[in-house]
Amino acid sequence: MKILGIESSSMVASVALVTEGITMAEYTVNFKKTHSQTLLPMVDEMMRMLGFELSEVDAIAVSGGPGSFTGLRIGSATAKGLGLALDKPLIHVPTLDAMAYGLFGASSLVCPMMDARRNQVYTGLYRCESQLEVLAPSCSADIRKWAEFLNGRGETVLLLGDGVPVHQAFLREQLKVPCRFVPVHLNRQRAASVAALGAVYLAEGKTETAMEHRPDYLKKAQAERELEEARRQGKVKELAAGHSVGTGEAY
Amino acid sequence: MEEKDILILAIESSCDETAAAVVRNGREVLSNVIASQIALHTQFGGVVPEIASRKHMEQINQVIAGALKEAGVSLSDITAIGVTYGPGLVGALLVGVAEAKAIAYAAKKPLIGVHHIEGHVAANFITNYPGCGSDGISEKVSGVSGNPSVQPKLEPPFVCLIVSGGHTHLVIVKDYGEFEIIGRTRDDAAGEAFDKVARAVGLGYPGGPKVDRAAREGNPHAIEFPRAKVEGAPYDFSFSGLKSAVLNYINRAKMAGEAICVPDLAASFQNAVVEALVSRAVLAAKEYGYDKLAIAGGVASNQALRAAMAKACKENSLCFYYPAPVLCTDNAAMIGAAAYYEYQKGTRHGWDLNAVPNLKLGER
Repeated sequence: MKILGIESSSMVASVALVTEGITMAEYTVNFKKTHSQTLLPMVDEMMRMLGFELSEVDAIAVSGGPGSFTGLRIGSATAKGLGLALDKPLIHVPTLDAMAYGLFGASSLVCPMMDARRNQVYTGLYRCESQLEVLAPSCSADIRKWAEFLNGRGETVLLLGDGVPVHQAFLREQLKVPCRFVPVHLNRQRAASVAALGAVYLAEGKTETAMEHRPDYLKKAQAERELEEARRQGKVKELAAGHSVGTGEAY
Repeated sequence: MEEKDILILAIESSCDETAAAVVRNGREVLSNVIASQIALHTQFGGVVPEIASRKHMEQINQVIAGALKEAGVSLSDITAIGVTYGPGLVGALLVGVAEAKAIAYAAKKPLIGVHHIEGHVAANFITNYPGCGSDGISEKVSGVSGNPSVQPKLEPPFVCLIVSGGHTHLVIVKDYGEFEIIGRTRDDAAGEAFDKVARAVGLGYPGGPKVDRAAREGNPHAIEFPRAKVEGAPYDFSFSGLKSAVLNYINRAKMAGEAICVPDLAASFQNAVVEALVSRAVLAAKEYGYDKLAIAGGVASNQALRAAMAKACKENSLCFYYPAPVLCTDNAAMIGAAAYYEYQKGTRHGWDLNAVPNLKLGER
């Protein structure tokens, strides 16, 4: 079984090819260029390096969110296009689950967190000593409430992800449980983790078609949240008048 | 399928329509699937970019599979993949671009990025669609599918008026994919003015078709709105003054407690827009010495504009070309037509093709 892993939920662009027992290649870039410019060239480069045909891939595992809305869409649309053209299944791997799976064997709790701005983080809590155990599934949480939640667990916790540097000072101050900040070579998303966890899902038959796949944003679009709020307060008309049309061709 | 046939699978997701099409040899549409999001955005009073992007994700594979199925072809029959990469909403564009690149890469097909507005112009090359055609010097033909040979083929050079929610351009199409812009709007796009006026009189979104419909019952000379000219630029447009005049008229009527006759207002406003568009387009064709005039873009489906343009072209011995209404608003068939001519010229894009939200016309 060959699994192509795709990860573009944050600044990190990462692709990997994983087979039974081996990560044959992993290519990770954490730099300014947009995923639209990097992701597919990276897949191409990796496949040429390996001398494999893409058609040899059995399934495409994609980091399915949460994360940057645009980043997730670039990864998902790439996976959907590959799946459509190759007629291969997709595996939706929750981003934070894959991040936790990357620290397989850790005896402490694992807490990946991604910056979701305005003191919010996308986070979850895992135990991953001998297999991935989800203690708190992916959610969008206020950093203060999340710190209280971690304190309540009363156990050592490993912290990783791009939410950590944003809230590091706060976490050092507020966390009453022992915490460890994961070092640089392990502290961000990696496509090999996505593919490896994808392999577990594939063995369990947890796949989806390229047509079915869509990212899991965890959050509604801002306009939807505003509309719901306006409806609750009976102010629908004002809101509808406030929005302007984008560069619309529907004239 | 003939051996030498060039089949383009085209994908378009620049705004609020998820669309895919298969086009043969640049002129013949084999399928044209459009999943419109208009109903979804209506509750917000306009297109919400994030929601549009999400909806594209949900629809895109279905739309592409539908286009292949309707055309009766498989991906292996396709010669190249064409995709809109700008201008438009960046998040929306990125869905189509990422999807098209992945398909082209996995299926080992050339990738051709297409300028959305060049696609609108290319809608005029499609000859096998009901409702497309030409008027003027040549006989009026219905252009009904099944008898495409009757339709005189539009070939460059010609003058094209591009009018949509985001664009108002007067261009000379010198060759396939070669444009000279001779006029543009100084402020609002024509379609934008339609949207704003429609909102002001409570017709709602999308404004263009609603104003068009309301205007059919109204008197276009009921209210005299100003026709703005841009000093020293005879082919440029300005619609903000007209828009303000309409809004002032509505406010004045409201203050005075007078009822507004919406059909009259719609017809008078539309008449002012149409007059500005038609007069400059015809002047451009005559001054620059071209005998063919085409229209493109969402507003090109406006009935009053089509009628006025046909009449003016006839009076000035110009051959008038117009796409089928469904090919005026956003669709992928027009992207397939444009991609075909780019393919013939040797245009190929790499796997690093990015969405360019403010891509300029004629930019490569």
